[in-house]
Amino acid sequence: MANYAIRRLFISLMTLLAASAVIFALIEILPGDPARIMLGMNASEEAIRSLQEQMGLNQPLFMRYFSWLFGMLTGDFGRSYTYAVPVADLIRERVVVSLPLAVLSLVLSTAIAIPIGIFTASRRGRPADTAIMGATQLGIALPNFWLALLLVYVFAISLRLVPAGGFAGWETGTWTALKSLLLPAFALALPQAAILARITRSSLIETLAEDYIRTARAKGLSPAQVLYRHALRNAFIPVVTILGLQFAFLLAGTIIIENVFYLPGLGRLVFQSITQRDLIVVEGVVVLLVATVILINFLVDCSYALIDPRLAADR
Amino acid sequence: MNGWRKSPARFKIGLLIMLVVGLTALCSFVWTPYPPTAIDIASKLQPPSMRHWMGTDHFGRDILSMVMVGSRTSIAVAIAAVAIGIGIGVPIGLLAAERRGLIDDALMRLNDLIFAFPALISAIMITAVFGPGALNAIIAIGIFNIPVFARATRGAALSIWPREYILAARSTGKSDRRITFDHVFPNVSHLLMVQATIQFSLGILAEASLAYVGLGTQPPMPSWGRMLFDAQTMIGVAPHMAIFPGLAIVATVLGLNLFGDGLRDMLDPRASSR
Repeated sequence: MANYAIRRLFISLMTLLAASAVIFALIEILPGDPARIMLGMNASEEAIRSLQEQMGLNQPLFMRYFSWLFGMLTGDFGRSYTYAVPVADLIRERVVVSLPLAVLSLVLSTAIAIPIGIFTASRRGRPADTAIMGATQLGIALPNFWLALLLVYVFAISLRLVPAGGFAGWETGTWTALKSLLLPAFALALPQAAILARITRSSLIETLAEDYIRTARAKGLSPAQVLYRHALRNAFIPVVTILGLQFAFLLAGTIIIENVFYLPGLGRLVFQSITQRDLIVVEGVVVLLVATVILINFLVDCSYALIDPRLAADR
Repeated sequence: MNGWRKSPARFKIGLLIMLVVGLTALCSFVWTPYPPTAIDIASKLQPPSMRHWMGTDHFGRDILSMVMVGSRTSIAVAIAAVAIGIGIGVPIGLLAAERRGLIDDALMRLNDLIFAFPALISAIMITAVFGPGALNAIIAIGIFNIPVFARATRGAALSIWPREYILAARSTGKSDRRITFDHVFPNVSHLLMVQATIQFSLGILAEASLAYVGLGTQPPMPSWGRMLFDAQTMIGVAPHMAIFPGLAIVATVLGLNLFGDGLRDMLDPRASSR
Protein backbone atom coordinates (compact mmCIF):
# COMPACT_ATOMS: atom_id res chain seq x y z
CA MET A 1 0.00 0.00 0.00
CA ALA A 2 2.73 2.50 0.99
CA ASN A 3 4.68 1.60 -2.13
CA TYR A 4 1.61 2.08 -4.27
CA ALA A 5 0.84 5.44 -2.68
CA ILE A 6 4.41 6.65 -3.20
CA ARG A 7 4.34 5.59 -6.85
CA ARG A 8 1.02 7.37 -7.43
CA LEU A 9 2.33 10.45 -5.62
CA PHE A 10 5.40 10.52 -7.87
CA ILE A 11 3.25 10.25 -10.99
CA SER A 12 0.96 13.00 -9.68
CA LEU A 13 3.88 15.33 -9.03
CA MET A 14 5.30 14.68 -12.50
CA THR A 15 1.90 15.41 -14.03
CA LEU A 16 1.69 18.64 -12.07
CA LEU A 17 5.16 19.67 -13.22
CA ALA A 18 4.31 18.98 -16.85
CA ALA A 19 0.96 20.76 -16.50
CA SER A 20 2.62 23.86 -15.06
CA ALA A 21 5.02 23.94 -18.02
CA VAL A 22 2.10 23.68 -20.46
CA ILE A 23 0.22 26.51 -18.73
CA PHE A 24 3.33 28.68 -18.68
CA ALA A 25 4.00 28.02 -22.38
CA LEU A 26 0.39 28.70 -23.36
CA ILE A 27 0.35 32.02 -21.56
CA GLU A 28 3.67 32.93 -23.21
CA ILE A 29 1.98 32.67 -26.63
CA LEU A 30 -0.52 35.36 -25.64
CA PRO A 31 0.13 38.60 -27.47
CA GLY A 32 1.00 41.67 -25.44
CA ASP A 33 3.97 42.57 -23.26
CA PRO A 34 2.90 42.98 -19.61
CA ALA A 35 5.28 45.90 -19.08
CA ARG A 36 3.80 47.75 -22.05
CA ILE A 37 0.27 47.06 -20.83
CA MET A 38 1.01 48.29 -17.30
CA LEU A 39 2.55 51.55 -18.44
CA GLY A 40 0.00 52.35 -21.12
CA MET A 41 0.24 53.57 -24.71
CA ASN A 42 2.36 56.67 -24.17
CA ALA A 43 5.17 55.16 -22.11
CA SER A 44 8.74 55.78 -23.25
CA GLU A 45 10.85 52.88 -24.47
CA GLU A 46 13.24 53.49 -21.59
CA ALA A 47 10.53 53.23 -18.94
CA ILE A 48 9.24 50.04 -20.52
CA ARG A 49 12.72 48.54 -20.61
CA SER A 50 13.42 49.33 -16.97
CA LEU A 51 10.06 47.85 -15.91
CA GLN A 52 10.77 44.75 -17.99
CA GLU A 53 14.05 44.42 -16.14
CA GLN A 54 12.38 44.95 -12.77
CA MET A 55 9.77 42.27 -13.55
CA GLY A 56 12.40 39.89 -14.87
CA LEU A 57 10.82 39.84 -18.34
CA ASN A 58 14.20 40.21 -20.05
CA GLN A 59 15.47 36.92 -18.63
CA PRO A 60 15.51 33.75 -20.74
CA LEU A 61 12.27 31.80 -20.92
CA PHE A 62 13.26 28.80 -18.83
CA MET A 63 14.75 31.01 -16.09
CA ARG A 64 11.42 32.81 -15.81
CA TYR A 65 9.61 29.49 -15.70
CA PHE A 66 11.73 28.22 -12.82
CA SER A 67 11.51 31.43 -10.80
CA TRP A 68 7.71 31.40 -11.33
CA LEU A 69 7.58 27.74 -10.26
CA PHE A 70 9.72 28.18 -7.14
CA GLY A 71 7.78 31.30 -6.25
CA MET A 72 4.54 29.31 -6.22
CA LEU A 73 6.07 26.61 -4.04
CA THR A 74 6.65 29.28 -1.39
CA GLY A 75 3.18 30.74 -1.85
CA ASP A 76 4.38 33.65 -3.99
CA PHE A 77 2.23 33.77 -7.15
CA GLY A 78 3.73 37.09 -8.31
CA ARG A 79 2.05 40.49 -8.47
CA SER A 80 -1.03 41.30 -10.51
CA TYR A 81 -0.20 43.61 -13.43
CA THR A 82 -3.39 45.63 -13.15
CA TYR A 83 -4.10 45.71 -9.41
CA ALA A 84 -0.43 45.78 -8.31
CA VAL A 85 -1.22 43.49 -5.39
CA PRO A 86 0.10 39.96 -4.79
CA VAL A 87 -1.82 37.39 -6.86
CA ALA A 88 -1.98 35.16 -3.79
CA ASP A 89 -4.06 37.84 -2.02
CA LEU A 90 -6.50 38.10 -4.96
CA ILE A 91 -6.89 34.32 -5.01
CA ARG A 92 -7.38 34.14 -1.24
CA GLU A 93 -10.18 36.73 -1.46
CA ARG A 94 -11.97 34.76 -4.19
CA VAL A 95 -11.40 31.24 -2.95
CA VAL A 96 -13.72 31.87 0.00
CA VAL A 97 -16.55 32.15 -2.55
CA SER A 98 -15.66 29.46 -5.10
CA LEU A 99 -14.58 26.70 -2.74
CA PRO A 100 -17.67 26.82 -0.47
CA LEU A 101 -19.80 26.95 -3.64
CA ALA A 102 -18.16 23.82 -5.04
CA VAL A 103 -18.35 22.01 -1.69
CA LEU A 104 -21.98 23.00 -1.18
CA SER A 105 -22.92 21.71 -4.64
CA LEU A 106 -21.07 18.44 -4.01
CA VAL A 107 -22.95 17.99 -0.72
CA LEU A 108 -26.28 18.82 -2.42
CA SER A 109 -25.57 16.52 -5.35
CA THR A 110 -24.64 13.61 -3.06
CA ALA A 111 -27.60 14.20 -0.77
CA ILE A 112 -29.99 14.13 -3.73
CA ALA A 113 -28.35 11.34 -5.73
CA ILE A 114 -27.55 8.58 -3.22
CA PRO A 115 -31.10 8.17 -1.83
CA ILE A 116 -32.52 8.27 -5.37
CA GLY A 117 -29.99 5.67 -6.50
CA ILE A 118 -30.84 3.34 -3.61
CA PHE A 119 -34.57 3.86 -4.04
CA THR A 120 -34.59 3.15 -7.78
CA ALA A 121 -32.25 0.16 -7.47
CA SER A 122 -34.56 -1.41 -4.91
CA ARG A 123 -37.55 -0.83 -7.21
CA ARG A 124 -35.82 -1.80 -10.39
CA GLY A 125 -38.11 -2.10 -13.40
CA ARG A 126 -41.17 -0.76 -11.59
CA PRO A 127 -42.93 2.44 -12.78
CA ALA A 128 -41.25 4.59 -10.10
CA ASP A 129 -37.81 3.44 -11.30
CA THR A 130 -38.64 4.06 -14.95
CA ALA A 131 -40.08 7.52 -14.24
CA ILE A 132 -37.14 8.64 -12.09
CA MET A 133 -34.57 7.28 -14.54
CA GLY A 134 -36.33 9.21 -17.31
CA ALA A 135 -36.06 12.34 -15.18
CA THR A 136 -32.34 11.78 -14.67
CA GLN A 137 -31.88 11.60 -18.46
CA LEU A 138 -33.43 15.04 -18.59
CA GLY A 139 -31.20 16.21 -15.71
CA ILE A 140 -28.03 15.15 -17.53
CA ALA A 141 -29.08 17.13 -20.60
CA LEU A 142 -29.56 20.38 -18.63
CA PRO A 143 -26.83 22.98 -19.16
CA ASN A 144 -26.18 24.22 -15.61
CA PHE A 145 -26.08 27.89 -16.60
CA TRP A 146 -29.51 27.60 -18.25
CA LEU A 147 -30.90 25.90 -15.15
CA ALA A 148 -29.36 28.78 -13.19
CA LEU A 149 -31.22 31.33 -15.33
CA LEU A 150 -34.52 29.51 -14.80
CA LEU A 151 -33.92 29.26 -11.04
CA VAL A 152 -33.19 33.00 -10.91
CA TYR A 153 -36.43 33.69 -12.74
CA VAL A 154 -38.54 31.49 -10.46
CA PHE A 155 -36.96 31.86 -7.01
CA ALA A 156 -35.35 35.29 -7.16
CA ILE A 157 -37.52 37.33 -9.52
CA SER A 158 -40.98 35.77 -9.23
CA LEU A 159 -40.98 34.44 -5.65
CA ARG A 160 -38.30 36.78 -4.23
CA LEU A 161 -37.04 34.09 -1.86
CA VAL A 162 -33.31 34.58 -2.48
CA PRO A 163 -31.14 37.29 -4.01
CA ALA A 164 -30.81 37.12 -7.82
CA GLY A 165 -27.07 37.64 -7.68
CA GLY A 166 -24.10 39.06 -5.84
CA PHE A 167 -22.47 37.80 -2.70
CA ALA A 168 -23.28 39.20 0.74
CA GLY A 169 -19.87 38.24 2.17
CA TRP A 170 -19.16 35.91 5.07
CA GLU A 171 -18.91 38.82 7.52
CA THR A 172 -22.67 39.38 7.14
CA GLY A 173 -23.33 36.05 8.80
CA THR A 174 -23.13 32.46 7.64
CA TRP A 175 -26.80 32.16 6.71
CA THR A 176 -26.96 35.36 4.65
CA ALA A 177 -23.81 34.35 2.79
CA LEU A 178 -25.03 30.79 2.27
CA LYS A 179 -28.33 32.12 0.94
CA SER A 180 -26.56 33.84 -1.93
CA LEU A 181 -24.77 30.57 -2.74
CA LEU A 182 -27.88 28.41 -2.58
CA LEU A 183 -29.23 28.92 -6.12
CA PRO A 184 -25.85 28.66 -7.85
CA ALA A 185 -25.00 25.54 -5.85
CA PHE A 186 -28.32 23.96 -6.75
CA ALA A 187 -27.89 24.81 -10.44
CA LEU A 188 -24.47 23.16 -10.40
CA ALA A 189 -25.59 20.18 -8.32
CA LEU A 190 -28.72 19.05 -10.16
CA PRO A 191 -27.18 17.84 -13.45
CA GLN A 192 -24.36 16.19 -11.47
CA ALA A 193 -26.86 14.54 -9.14
CA ALA A 194 -28.60 13.02 -12.17
CA ILE A 195 -25.33 11.37 -13.25
CA LEU A 196 -24.47 10.25 -9.72
CA ALA A 197 -27.93 8.76 -9.12
CA ARG A 198 -27.64 6.65 -12.28
CA ILE A 199 -24.21 5.39 -11.27
CA THR A 200 -25.32 4.59 -7.71
CA ARG A 201 -28.29 2.70 -9.09
CA SER A 202 -26.38 0.64 -11.65
CA SER A 203 -23.55 -0.12 -9.25
CA LEU A 204 -26.02 -1.24 -6.57
CA ILE A 205 -27.95 -3.40 -9.03
CA GLU A 206 -24.70 -5.06 -10.08
CA THR A 207 -23.66 -5.66 -6.47
CA LEU A 208 -27.07 -7.09 -5.56
CA ALA A 209 -26.50 -9.80 -8.19
CA GLU A 210 -23.31 -11.04 -6.47
CA ASP A 211 -23.07 -14.45 -4.85
CA TYR A 212 -22.34 -13.11 -1.36
CA ILE A 213 -25.60 -11.19 -1.45
CA ARG A 214 -27.44 -14.43 -2.20
CA THR A 215 -25.60 -16.03 0.73
CA ALA A 216 -26.58 -13.15 2.99
CA ARG A 217 -30.21 -13.54 1.95
CA ALA A 218 -30.02 -17.30 2.35
CA LYS A 219 -28.84 -17.04 5.92
CA GLY A 220 -32.05 -15.13 6.68
CA LEU A 221 -31.03 -11.45 6.76
CA SER A 222 -33.82 -8.99 6.07
CA PRO A 223 -33.69 -7.09 2.73
CA ALA A 224 -32.73 -3.91 4.61
CA GLN A 225 -29.87 -5.67 6.38
CA VAL A 226 -28.60 -7.10 3.11
CA LEU A 227 -28.80 -3.68 1.47
CA TYR A 228 -27.18 -1.61 4.19
CA ARG A 229 -24.69 -4.08 5.64
CA HIS A 230 -23.48 -5.87 2.52
CA ALA A 231 -24.47 -4.26 -0.73
CA LEU A 232 -24.03 -0.53 -0.16
CA ARG A 233 -20.42 -0.63 1.01
CA ASN A 234 -19.34 -2.58 -2.05
CA ALA A 235 -21.47 -0.57 -4.43
CA PHE A 236 -19.82 2.66 -3.32
CA ILE A 237 -16.47 2.01 -5.05
CA PRO A 238 -17.48 3.48 -8.43
CA VAL A 239 -19.51 6.15 -6.65
CA VAL A 240 -16.36 7.41 -4.90
CA THR A 241 -14.56 7.72 -8.25
CA ILE A 242 -17.36 9.75 -9.74
CA LEU A 243 -17.52 11.94 -6.63
CA GLY A 244 -13.84 12.75 -7.10
CA LEU A 245 -14.33 13.56 -10.77
CA GLN A 246 -17.40 15.61 -10.00
CA PHE A 247 -15.62 17.78 -7.48
CA ALA A 248 -13.10 18.76 -10.14
CA PHE A 249 -15.94 19.39 -12.56
CA LEU A 250 -17.88 21.46 -10.01
CA LEU A 251 -14.83 23.57 -9.23
CA ALA A 252 -14.52 24.32 -12.95
CA GLY A 253 -18.28 24.76 -13.27
CA THR A 254 -18.26 27.52 -10.67
CA ILE A 255 -16.42 29.62 -13.27
CA ILE A 256 -19.47 29.69 -15.55
CA ILE A 257 -22.06 29.82 -12.79
CA GLU A 258 -20.35 32.73 -11.04
CA ASN A 259 -21.04 34.73 -14.18
CA VAL A 260 -24.77 34.08 -13.98
CA PHE A 261 -24.98 35.19 -10.36
CA TYR A 262 -22.30 37.92 -10.38
CA LEU A 263 -20.43 36.10 -7.63
CA PRO A 264 -16.95 37.47 -6.88
CA GLY A 265 -15.21 34.08 -7.09
CA LEU A 266 -12.25 32.63 -8.98
CA GLY A 267 -14.27 32.42 -12.20
CA ARG A 268 -14.98 36.13 -12.30
CA LEU A 269 -11.33 36.75 -11.45
CA VAL A 270 -10.20 34.64 -14.41
CA PHE A 271 -12.51 36.40 -16.87
CA GLN A 272 -11.58 39.88 -15.65
CA SER A 273 -7.91 38.94 -15.85
CA ILE A 274 -8.29 37.59 -19.38
CA THR A 275 -9.91 40.81 -20.62
CA GLN A 276 -7.33 42.94 -18.80
CA ARG A 277 -4.45 40.77 -20.09
CA ASP A 278 -3.44 40.20 -16.46
CA LEU A 279 -1.79 36.92 -17.39
CA ILE A 280 -0.02 36.20 -14.16
CA VAL A 281 -3.38 36.03 -12.37
CA VAL A 282 -4.79 33.64 -15.00
CA GLU A 283 -1.69 31.46 -14.64
CA GLY A 284 -1.98 31.37 -10.87
CA VAL A 285 -5.66 30.43 -10.80
CA VAL A 286 -5.35 27.76 -13.50
CA VAL A 287 -2.31 26.16 -11.83
CA LEU A 288 -4.20 26.09 -8.54
CA LEU A 289 -7.25 24.44 -10.15
CA VAL A 290 -5.14 21.87 -11.99
CA ALA A 291 -3.21 21.10 -8.79
CA THR A 292 -6.52 20.54 -7.00
CA VAL A 293 -7.70 18.15 -9.71
CA ILE A 294 -4.43 16.19 -9.56
CA LEU A 295 -4.64 16.03 -5.75
CA ILE A 296 -8.21 14.73 -5.90
CA ASN A 297 -7.27 12.09 -8.47
CA PHE A 298 -4.42 10.99 -6.20
CA LEU A 299 -6.76 10.72 -3.21
CA VAL A 300 -9.31 8.77 -5.27
CA ASP A 301 -6.58 6.35 -6.41
CA CYS A 302 -5.48 5.84 -2.81
CA SER A 303 -9.04 5.33 -1.57
CA TYR A 304 -9.48 2.61 -4.22
CA ALA A 305 -6.48 0.78 -2.87
CA LEU A 306 -7.87 1.06 0.64
CA ILE A 307 -11.29 -0.25 -0.37
CA ASP A 308 -9.92 -2.98 -2.64
CA PRO A 309 -6.31 -4.03 -1.84
CA ARG A 310 -6.11 -6.11 -5.03
CA LEU A 311 -5.87 -2.91 -7.07
CA ALA A 312 -2.67 -1.83 -5.32
CA ALA A 313 -1.10 -5.21 -6.01
CA ASP A 314 -2.05 -5.16 -9.71
CA ARG A 315 -0.50 -1.90 -10.74
CA MET B 1 -28.13 -5.03 -35.05
CA ASN B 2 -31.50 -6.60 -34.42
CA GLY B 3 -33.42 -4.28 -36.66
CA TRP B 4 -35.77 -1.43 -35.91
CA ARG B 5 -38.55 -3.47 -34.34
CA LYS B 6 -36.34 -4.92 -31.63
CA SER B 7 -34.43 -1.71 -30.88
CA PRO B 8 -35.03 -0.17 -27.44
CA ALA B 9 -37.58 2.64 -27.10
CA ARG B 10 -34.98 5.19 -26.08
CA PHE B 11 -33.04 4.46 -29.26
CA LYS B 12 -36.13 5.26 -31.32
CA ILE B 13 -36.97 8.40 -29.33
CA GLY B 14 -33.35 9.56 -29.50
CA LEU B 15 -33.14 8.97 -33.24
CA LEU B 16 -36.43 10.81 -33.75
CA ILE B 17 -35.21 13.85 -31.79
CA MET B 18 -31.91 13.82 -33.68
CA LEU B 19 -33.76 13.71 -36.99
CA VAL B 20 -35.94 16.66 -36.01
CA VAL B 21 -32.92 18.72 -34.91
CA GLY B 22 -30.95 17.73 -38.01
CA LEU B 23 -33.79 18.55 -40.39
CA THR B 24 -34.39 21.88 -38.63
CA ALA B 25 -30.73 22.75 -39.11
CA LEU B 26 -30.91 21.79 -42.81
CA CYS B 27 -34.16 23.69 -43.24
CA SER B 28 -32.54 26.84 -41.82
CA PHE B 29 -30.27 26.96 -44.88
CA VAL B 30 -33.21 27.49 -47.23
CA TRP B 31 -35.97 28.89 -45.04
CA THR B 32 -36.50 30.61 -41.70
CA PRO B 33 -39.68 32.48 -40.68
CA TYR B 34 -37.71 35.76 -40.58
CA PRO B 35 -34.12 36.62 -41.47
CA PRO B 36 -32.31 35.60 -38.24
CA THR B 37 -30.24 38.78 -37.98
CA ALA B 38 -32.94 41.25 -39.09
CA ILE B 39 -33.33 43.93 -36.43
CA ASP B 40 -36.86 45.28 -35.90
CA ILE B 41 -36.81 47.50 -32.82
CA ALA B 42 -40.55 48.28 -33.16
CA SER B 43 -41.42 44.68 -32.26
CA LYS B 44 -38.77 44.03 -29.60
CA LEU B 45 -39.23 41.75 -26.58
CA GLN B 46 -42.56 40.36 -27.77
CA PRO B 47 -43.77 37.23 -25.98
CA PRO B 48 -44.56 34.17 -28.12
CA SER B 49 -47.47 34.81 -30.53
CA MET B 50 -48.83 33.55 -33.84
CA ARG B 51 -46.50 35.93 -35.70
CA HIS B 52 -43.42 35.05 -33.64
CA TRP B 53 -43.83 31.53 -32.26
CA MET B 54 -40.98 31.91 -29.80
CA GLY B 55 -41.26 35.69 -29.40
CA THR B 56 -38.61 38.30 -30.21
CA ASP B 57 -35.44 39.45 -28.47
CA HIS B 58 -34.30 42.91 -27.34
CA PHE B 59 -33.46 43.84 -30.94
CA GLY B 60 -36.80 42.54 -32.25
CA ARG B 61 -35.11 39.54 -33.91
CA ASP B 62 -37.29 36.46 -34.33
CA ILE B 63 -36.16 33.88 -31.74
CA LEU B 64 -37.42 30.85 -33.70
CA SER B 65 -35.32 31.88 -36.70
CA MET B 66 -32.28 32.40 -34.46
CA VAL B 67 -32.76 29.04 -32.74
CA MET B 68 -32.99 27.36 -36.16
CA VAL B 69 -29.82 28.96 -37.46
CA GLY B 70 -28.10 28.48 -34.10
CA SER B 71 -28.54 24.72 -34.38
CA ARG B 72 -26.13 24.75 -37.33
CA THR B 73 -23.36 26.26 -35.23
CA SER B 74 -23.85 23.86 -32.35
CA ILE B 75 -23.93 20.80 -34.59
CA ALA B 76 -21.00 21.90 -36.75
CA VAL B 77 -18.77 22.73 -33.78
CA ALA B 78 -19.60 19.49 -31.96
CA ILE B 79 -19.12 17.30 -35.04
CA ALA B 80 -15.80 18.92 -35.91
CA ALA B 81 -14.60 18.50 -32.32
CA VAL B 82 -15.56 14.81 -32.37
CA ALA B 83 -13.74 14.43 -35.70
CA ILE B 84 -10.56 15.84 -34.14
CA GLY B 85 -10.92 13.43 -31.23
CA ILE B 86 -11.44 10.41 -33.49
CA GLY B 87 -8.86 11.43 -36.08
CA ILE B 88 -6.05 11.76 -33.54
CA GLY B 89 -7.26 9.75 -30.54
CA VAL B 90 -8.18 6.49 -32.29
CA PRO B 91 -4.80 5.99 -34.05
CA ILE B 92 -3.05 6.76 -30.72
CA GLY B 93 -5.18 4.19 -28.89
CA LEU B 94 -4.66 1.55 -31.62
CA LEU B 95 -0.91 2.14 -31.65
CA ALA B 96 -0.67 1.97 -27.86
CA ALA B 97 -2.53 -1.35 -27.80
CA GLU B 98 -0.46 -2.76 -30.69
CA ARG B 99 2.98 -1.82 -29.36
CA ARG B 100 2.40 -1.88 -25.57
CA GLY B 101 5.55 -1.18 -23.53
CA LEU B 102 7.23 2.21 -23.61
CA ILE B 103 5.09 3.81 -26.32
CA ASP B 104 1.95 2.72 -24.50
CA ASP B 105 3.21 4.16 -21.20
CA ALA B 106 4.29 7.44 -22.77
CA LEU B 107 1.01 7.94 -24.65
CA MET B 108 -1.08 7.14 -21.60
CA ARG B 109 0.94 9.53 -19.40
CA LEU B 110 0.30 12.23 -22.01
CA ASN B 111 -3.38 11.38 -21.73
CA ASP B 112 -3.27 11.73 -17.95
CA LEU B 113 -1.73 15.15 -18.44
CA ILE B 114 -4.61 16.38 -20.61
CA PHE B 115 -7.11 14.83 -18.21
CA ALA B 116 -5.60 16.82 -15.33
CA PHE B 117 -6.91 20.02 -16.87
CA PRO B 118 -10.57 20.65 -16.15
CA ALA B 119 -11.80 20.68 -19.76
CA LEU B 120 -13.83 23.83 -19.41
CA ILE B 121 -10.99 25.83 -17.86
CA SER B 122 -8.60 24.78 -20.60
CA ALA B 123 -11.14 25.56 -23.28
CA ILE B 124 -11.52 28.99 -21.71
CA MET B 125 -7.74 29.40 -21.64
CA ILE B 126 -7.29 28.26 -25.23
CA THR B 127 -10.00 30.55 -26.57
CA ALA B 128 -8.61 33.36 -24.43
CA VAL B 129 -5.11 32.86 -25.84
CA PHE B 130 -6.02 32.35 -29.50
CA GLY B 131 -9.05 34.61 -29.50
CA PRO B 132 -12.76 33.82 -29.27
CA GLY B 133 -14.60 32.30 -32.22
CA ALA B 134 -16.14 29.12 -33.53
CA LEU B 135 -12.89 27.70 -34.95
CA ASN B 136 -10.97 28.05 -31.70
CA ALA B 137 -13.93 26.61 -29.81
CA ILE B 138 -13.69 23.55 -32.08
CA ILE B 139 -9.97 23.19 -31.37
CA ALA B 140 -10.44 23.70 -27.64
CA ILE B 141 -13.22 21.11 -27.37
CA GLY B 142 -11.51 18.79 -29.87
CA ILE B 143 -8.27 18.61 -27.88
CA PHE B 144 -10.17 17.16 -24.95
CA ASN B 145 -11.82 14.56 -27.12
CA ILE B 146 -8.40 13.16 -28.08
CA PRO B 147 -7.55 11.44 -24.76
CA VAL B 148 -11.15 10.26 -24.38
CA PHE B 149 -11.03 8.41 -27.71
CA ALA B 150 -7.44 7.28 -27.18
CA ARG B 151 -8.32 5.71 -23.85
CA ALA B 152 -11.54 4.08 -25.06
CA THR B 153 -9.83 2.70 -28.19
CA ARG B 154 -6.85 1.38 -26.25
CA GLY B 155 -9.04 -0.33 -23.66
CA ALA B 156 -11.21 -2.00 -26.29
CA ALA B 157 -8.25 -2.92 -28.50
CA LEU B 158 -6.39 -4.53 -25.58
CA SER B 159 -9.35 -6.85 -25.05
CA ILE B 160 -9.28 -7.84 -28.74
CA TRP B 161 -5.57 -8.71 -28.99
CA PRO B 162 -5.66 -11.92 -26.87
CA ARG B 163 -8.57 -13.34 -28.92
CA GLU B 164 -8.10 -16.51 -30.92
CA TYR B 165 -8.86 -14.99 -34.30
CA ILE B 166 -5.94 -12.63 -33.78
CA LEU B 167 -3.73 -15.63 -33.16
CA ALA B 168 -5.12 -17.21 -36.31
CA ALA B 169 -4.42 -14.06 -38.32
CA ARG B 170 -0.90 -13.97 -36.96
CA SER B 171 -0.30 -17.58 -37.96
CA THR B 172 -1.11 -16.65 -41.54
CA GLY B 173 1.83 -14.29 -41.41
CA LYS B 174 0.07 -10.95 -41.07
CA SER B 175 2.07 -8.14 -39.51
CA ASP B 176 0.86 -6.45 -36.31
CA ARG B 177 -0.04 -3.32 -38.28
CA ARG B 178 -2.15 -5.36 -40.73
CA ILE B 179 -3.89 -7.13 -37.85
CA THR B 180 -4.67 -3.74 -36.28
CA PHE B 181 -6.29 -2.56 -39.52
CA ASP B 182 -7.98 -5.81 -40.56
CA HIS B 183 -9.19 -7.19 -37.24
CA VAL B 184 -8.73 -4.90 -34.24
CA PHE B 185 -10.15 -1.69 -35.63
CA PRO B 186 -13.32 -3.22 -37.15
CA ASN B 187 -14.02 -4.90 -33.81
CA VAL B 188 -13.71 -1.75 -31.72
CA SER B 189 -15.50 0.58 -34.14
CA HIS B 190 -19.00 -0.04 -32.75
CA LEU B 191 -17.79 0.99 -29.31
CA LEU B 192 -16.31 4.14 -30.80
CA MET B 193 -19.69 5.01 -32.28
CA VAL B 194 -21.23 5.01 -28.81
CA GLN B 195 -18.35 7.12 -27.51
CA ALA B 196 -18.76 9.51 -30.45
CA THR B 197 -22.43 10.06 -29.54
CA ILE B 198 -21.49 10.85 -25.93
CA GLN B 199 -18.75 13.27 -26.99
CA PHE B 200 -21.11 14.85 -29.51
CA SER B 201 -23.62 15.67 -26.78
CA LEU B 202 -20.86 16.91 -24.44
CA GLY B 203 -19.60 19.04 -27.33
CA ILE B 204 -23.00 20.69 -27.74
CA LEU B 205 -22.99 21.58 -24.02
CA ALA B 206 -19.37 22.79 -24.16
CA GLU B 207 -20.01 24.96 -27.21
CA ALA B 208 -23.02 26.50 -25.50
CA SER B 209 -20.97 27.19 -22.35
CA LEU B 210 -18.16 28.85 -24.29
CA ALA B 211 -20.57 30.95 -26.35
CA TYR B 212 -22.39 31.89 -23.15
CA VAL B 213 -19.22 33.35 -21.60
CA GLY B 214 -18.48 35.14 -24.89
CA LEU B 215 -15.62 32.90 -26.03
CA GLY B 216 -17.47 30.82 -28.65
CA THR B 217 -19.32 31.83 -31.79
CA GLN B 218 -19.34 35.61 -32.14
CA PRO B 219 -22.37 37.77 -32.96
CA PRO B 220 -24.14 38.42 -35.25
CA MET B 221 -23.94 34.66 -36.04
CA PRO B 222 -26.73 33.23 -33.86
CA SER B 223 -25.74 30.54 -31.36
CA TRP B 224 -27.72 29.01 -28.52
CA GLY B 225 -25.15 29.85 -25.85
CA ARG B 226 -24.86 33.45 -27.01
CA MET B 227 -28.66 33.81 -27.01
CA LEU B 228 -28.71 32.69 -23.37
CA PHE B 229 -26.08 35.31 -22.57
CA ASP B 230 -28.31 38.00 -24.09
CA ALA B 231 -31.29 36.56 -22.24
CA GLN B 232 -29.58 36.85 -18.87
CA THR B 233 -30.02 40.60 -18.49
CA MET B 234 -33.59 40.37 -19.82
CA ILE B 235 -34.69 37.47 -17.65
CA GLY B 236 -37.04 39.65 -15.59
CA VAL B 237 -38.90 41.13 -18.58
CA ALA B 238 -38.55 38.48 -21.28
CA PRO B 239 -38.07 34.98 -19.86
CA HIS B 240 -38.98 33.50 -23.27
CA MET B 241 -35.60 34.71 -24.51
CA ALA B 242 -33.98 32.22 -22.15
CA ILE B 243 -36.49 29.39 -22.35
CA PHE B 244 -36.40 28.52 -26.07
CA PRO B 245 -32.65 28.40 -26.81
CA GLY B 246 -32.24 26.41 -23.58
CA LEU B 247 -34.94 23.95 -24.60
CA ALA B 248 -33.18 23.52 -27.94
CA ILE B 249 -29.95 22.56 -26.13
CA VAL B 250 -31.74 20.20 -23.75
CA ALA B 251 -33.65 18.49 -26.58
CA THR B 252 -30.55 17.98 -28.70
CA VAL B 253 -28.42 16.65 -25.83
CA LEU B 254 -31.28 14.46 -24.60
CA GLY B 255 -31.81 13.03 -28.08
CA LEU B 256 -28.11 12.23 -28.47
CA ASN B 257 -27.88 10.64 -25.01
CA LEU B 258 -30.95 8.46 -25.54
CA PHE B 259 -29.67 7.42 -28.96
CA GLY B 260 -26.23 6.60 -27.54
CA ASP B 261 -27.67 4.63 -24.60
CA GLY B 262 -29.93 2.66 -26.89
CA LEU B 263 -27.07 1.98 -29.28
CA ARG B 264 -24.92 0.67 -26.43
CA ASP B 265 -27.71 -1.58 -25.24
CA MET B 266 -28.10 -3.06 -28.72
CA LEU B 267 -24.37 -3.66 -29.11
CA ASP B 268 -23.78 -4.90 -25.57
CA PRO B 269 -26.92 -6.58 -24.19
CA ARG B 270 -25.16 -7.14 -20.86
CA ALA B 271 -25.07 -3.40 -20.23
CA SER B 272 -28.81 -3.01 -20.73
CA SER B 273 -29.48 -4.78 -17.44
CA ARG B 274 -27.96 -1.80 -15.66
